[in-house]
Amino acid sequence: MASNAPVHHATGSSFWNDTGKTGITSWIFSTDHKRIGFLYFYSTFGFFLVGVLLGLLLRIELMAPGRTIMGPQTYNALFTVHGVVMIFLFIIPGIPGAFGNLVMPIQIGARDVAFPRLNLLSWWLYIIGAVIVLTSLFSGGGAPDTGWTFYVPFSSRTGTNVSLAVFGVFIVGFSSILTGVNFVTTIHRLRTEGMSWGRIPLFTWSLYATAWVQILATPILAITLVLVMAERIIGAGLFDPTRGGDPVMYQHLFWIYSHPAVYIMILPAMGIISDIIPVFSRKPIFGYKMIAFSSVAIAAAGSLVWGHHMFTSGMSDTAVMVFSFLTFVVAIPSAIKVFNWVSTLYKGSISLEAPMLFALSFILLFSIGGLSGLILGAAATDIHVHDTHFVVGHFHYVMFGGTAFAFFAAMHYWLPKFYGRRYAEKPAVVAWALMFSGFNILYFTMQVLGMQGMPRRYYDYLPEFANLNLVATIGSWILAAGLVIMLVNLFRGLWWGVPFEGNPWGGASLEWSVPTPPPTENFIEEPVVTHGPYDFNGVER
Amino acid sequence: MTGHLHKDDFGAKLGMWLFLFTELLLFGGLFLLYAVYLKRYPHEFAAGGTQLNWIMGTANTAILLTSSLSAAMAVTAVQRGELKRTVALLGGTVLCAACFMVIKYFEWSAKIGHGIYPGSEHLKAGAPGESVFFSLYYISTGIHGLHVMIGAALLTWIGVKVRSGEVNADNYILLENGALYWHLVDLIWIFIFPLYYLVL
Repeated sequence: MASNAPVHHATGSSFWNDTGKTGITSWIFSTDHKRIGFLYFYSTFGFFLVGVLLGLLLRIELMAPGRTIMGPQTYNALFTVHGVVMIFLFIIPGIPGAFGNLVMPIQIGARDVAFPRLNLLSWWLYIIGAVIVLTSLFSGGGAPDTGWTFYVPFSSRTGTNVSLAVFGVFIVGFSSILTGVNFVTTIHRLRTEGMSWGRIPLFTWSLYATAWVQILATPILAITLVLVMAERIIGAGLFDPTRGGDPVMYQHLFWIYSHPAVYIMILPAMGIISDIIPVFSRKPIFGYKMIAFSSVAIAAAGSLVWGHHMFTSGMSDTAVMVFSFLTFVVAIPSAIKVFNWVSTLYKGSISLEAPMLFALSFILLFSIGGLSGLILGAAATDIHVHDTHFVVGHFHYVMFGGTAFAFFAAMHYWLPKFYGRRYAEKPAVVAWALMFSGFNILYFTMQVLGMQGMPRRYYDYLPEFANLNLVATIGSWILAAGLVIMLVNLFRGLWWGVPFEGNPWGGASLEWSVPTPPPTENFIEEPVVTHGPYDFNGVER
Repeated sequence: MTGHLHKDDFGAKLGMWLFLFTELLLFGGLFLLYAVYLKRYPHEFAAGGTQLNWIMGTANTAILLTSSLSAAMAVTAVQRGELKRTVALLGGTVLCAACFMVIKYFEWSAKIGHGIYPGSEHLKAGAPGESVFFSLYYISTGIHGLHVMIGAALLTWIGVKVRSGEVNADNYILLENGALYWHLVDLIWIFIFPLYYLVL
């Protein structure tokens, strides 16, 4: 293989070239799930990098008290846009859109998703929504400054461009719904012969649970955003107390979607980890059924806990207690997963390669994030740390330490399969080590700051918080350095690296049985599944 | 590109049902607001309801039910291969949709003429619950009206495909799904009608 050949197709014919079509239109109008997967991958990951840059700027501003590099209004806009971009343009569509599309149909032995054209439409809606969101930053009254939660009454009164931004998010939500509909139908209808529900890889199981949450929760976000626009444009007054409305009703509606949405973000990540851990432990997953079940249980129970975001909003004490109790219930299926992963490792033949390192750090970081979530879920302790940096730290532990680290794990685990080339191992490990350390320096410090009382979303702070804020900012630089090394190494490897052939990780699920890179329509002949996804008997490494 | 033409009518219908579910939930958010505010302002809601024209509301209910019947009959007709009748029945549905929108137009313009619309001085001066009632009324019926128009456009497009023979007795899943969507539009109105017009 000529090592200088630009990009893709290390060997012979694959989906990169076997349709005979080239050029941009063969991508942006393709209905092939792998091409759409790559469209999602590069667009969501691009937005992730934008979000990272904004986050780094925020950290530089908070490095020292008082003004450092920007004024308060810019700061408000930046944390809002950081949140909107990361949540709606990266974390929610990221794993289902990119790796769900790339891997899921192959994992169940299908040639494509159930509705390939709808799949393409989903990506287009995502891009259109994203463009509208970006337009809102530079037009009208300027970038929204409400925080990503768009809380009324501020969001109905601020002069910034909230209406356009929420309209963009509305369109992105539509895209998310269509992906959900597509995936549920695909998993029900297109499983190949022998792919019973008990043989579905856990990544696909997690996408199945996620897709249901996308279907059931996203419409509530849609109507909520419509109502924000109605408040602003026609003065509906539904959330305005002077006109008989109630701002707390906005918070209810918003969190009825947005809490389940954090499970849209974390469930597919858990699925990735469930697929990687057994492969790199050379052992069948421990408790397959319970992991699959817990995905569904998290999706179900997670839809009933939204009130824990509102303990200080003026709900009744009864509601606070009920929501607090339900929040603790969700911890059970999450813990089931963690214990099962750890049990899978026990007496396994563990090989610490890059995907595994990211997966292992996921378990640790997610556990810290999950447990700090219980501190927030308990009403009494929440009152103390509500709206402080503790929340920011917690959220980043689960979303960055959880979902983004799983995304990185998937990048190292699956992308070589689709490029037919791989990255160098050593720089990947160095990058991982830097990111892991930088991450903890940054976000653990935030949690300590929150415990000490530093509020979130504040532009300025008291001098006693200065030292820890400096530490956190330095942590963000270490994290960013690791990220840069990871990206350079990974993409240099995928585009120009040594060939990745056959099944080097030794995976037993179907995606490892197809040619590398897979051809369009994936399978040369219809596969028949005779064993489970983690049955490594006879699988060579 | 995708060489095979995979055909799975059951799958297509499953996808449609899932989508309809999301539509129900979209309106579910509005019904939730309605429930909470009705509990808070029962008298204002009753007073608001009496100001709506129940005759026009009833007429629109009858029209939508008829349109749904005609859509259902169109599905049966296409299954029997009676394509001309299918087109005629779909035309009936779209005609009903147009009547519905015209009546809606008169209703809205009468209300707006009386100074009753979101953010109007009249409502600002009145009881707070009344403003909430009418804002919810306008948003619910407005979004529903939008669905009526989308559904009518969808059925028109399908009607063209029936005429060209693309949708026929062997391949009518598109029409079935279009009719399902139309029934949903009808169903949501069946909830909106009593909640707003007959709330007293």
